[in-house]
Amino acid sequence: MTTTAAPLDVTALRADFPILSRTVRDGKRLVYLDSGATSQRPTQVLDAERAFLERHNAAVHRGAHQLAEEATDEYEGARQRIADFVGADFGELVFTKNATEGFNLVAYAMGNAATSGPEAARFVVGPGDEIVVTEMEHHANLVPWQQLAARTGATLKWFKLTPDGRLDLSDVDSVITPRTKVVAFTHQSNVTGVINPVDVLVAAARKVGALTVLDACQSVPHSPVNFRKLGVDFASFSGHKMLGPSGIGVLYGRRELLEALPPFITGGSMIELVKMEGSTFAPPPARFEAGSPMTSQAVGLGAAVDYLSVVGIERINAHEHDLTVAALEGLSSVKGVRLIGPSDAVNRGGAVPFEIEGVHPHDAGQVLDSLGIAVRVGHHCAWPLHRCLNAQSSVRATFYLYNTLDEVDALVDGVREAQKFFGVA
Amino acid sequence: MQLQQMYQEIILDHYKNPHGRGLRDPFDAESFQVNPTCGDEVTLRVKLDGEIVSDVSYDGQGCSISQASTSVLTDLVVGRPVGEAFKKMDAFVELMQSRGQIEPDEDVLEDGIAFAGVSKYPARVKCALLGWMAFKDAVARSQGAA
Repeated sequence: MTTTAAPLDVTALRADFPILSRTVRDGKRLVYLDSGATSQRPTQVLDAERAFLERHNAAVHRGAHQLAEEATDEYEGARQRIADFVGADFGELVFTKNATEGFNLVAYAMGNAATSGPEAARFVVGPGDEIVVTEMEHHANLVPWQQLAARTGATLKWFKLTPDGRLDLSDVDSVITPRTKVVAFTHQSNVTGVINPVDVLVAAARKVGALTVLDACQSVPHSPVNFRKLGVDFASFSGHKMLGPSGIGVLYGRRELLEALPPFITGGSMIELVKMEGSTFAPPPARFEAGSPMTSQAVGLGAAVDYLSVVGIERINAHEHDLTVAALEGLSSVKGVRLIGPSDAVNRGGAVPFEIEGVHPHDAGQVLDSLGIAVRVGHHCAWPLHRCLNAQSSVRATFYLYNTLDEVDALVDGVREAQKFFGVA
Repeated sequence: MQLQQMYQEIILDHYKNPHGRGLRDPFDAESFQVNPTCGDEVTLRVKLDGEIVSDVSYDGQGCSISQASTSVLTDLVVGRPVGEAFKKMDAFVELMQSRGQIEPDEDVLEDGIAFAGVSKYPARVKCALLGWMAFKDAVARSQGAA
């Protein structure tokens, strides 16, 4: 679908999101600036889930009755549309419970490689090997790698951050070395919105034969992403951050790799042949989808991808950029506000974290909440990043297609209100 | 306005002028507690003189609710027998878990009654209890060591 560069008609779009018209905290208009944590769902997604359940619900890949057939078609049809959306082939997408499960799937499957067949040898990690992450990671793409290192005796290394919160790539070759087996990094920081140079890291990893694992949770919902063009080996993202349901995530893996990767969770649906003495496994993606999978969630995510495609992901991206610029400008005009991370919107998505001098983020969030403004407060599952940027925690506003410049103004006014309430302005 | 209900003047006073703040010697045991959702932390020391809580000192980083409740804690427990301090703790925990449904007893909780409004916000209950969890743990440690 081609779209013009015309700006979004946000008023019309907002009508698709029933939740945005509700009020909170004694009749306040809801200003939802927490889509980085979870996004809201349009009627089209809700309707798709309901229609599936009312018309086609059955267990997929089991049974020969008509509903089972239809349910399987809906489930696999969603996989195809999602694959098209992110530049992948049908067989390269695995449905998971969430993005976190996707990272764990890769990490645990690698851990299983040592006791699998010779085709899995390239995934074996052990003492002397290195696993590389960054200080910017969400805990979901950090802790599984710490654990893999702990289980296998490999060494965990990481890229540090510059003072403004970008990756310090001044010495890539000393971090990514011939010992490196995996480089796991985020496409876009969930805290600062910083977009990382995937090409630089992929090139460095390839040079030494290391696998790349991309956290695409914050990029796929907000920008055009093509995994094949990016050249990453694995990537994981979640449905609920891209207008889709919770309880579903997606793992991308290059076909050749998924075909050689041993399973993580085993059981029904993922087998080829089962005997009492042992079993063989189905080809991907089925090999990585043990048990009855989520169905209406997959269908809902397919509908979310359709919705994003119709609106146009480039236009969404441009709209969020405008909101980010306005938020950076507005917040930096408030005395006592410290922006965390870059102060500009270059190579950056729609996330703006900040601190207010003399007002703890939790307290600031409470004042904003009393005004109907929903933001995230805390360390946003990125504790090391906060330590690097000398913040114990932060207030974070994140934007999506349905947010408006008025809402950015409301945020800035709310910050002033918080200062007044706590007597620091 | 709801906000004033939550942030009673008493709470803001304790936040701006905390009682007993700063780590002091001597002490019998120390506890470090952290709220994993926001990273707020407190380090709290307890000195017992027999059954009497003779000093509580603390340091930490946190929101107004966690800092003020720890300040109130020192008022409530210092100079009192451990058993009585724990009764106050139980009353405070019960108040915080009440979702605004119980009337606190000022004779027991003194300034602690100001936190009744906080109990209506489940996300903030952990903030109010952070210092108290450290106190409970530190007393257990000092009694274990004795």
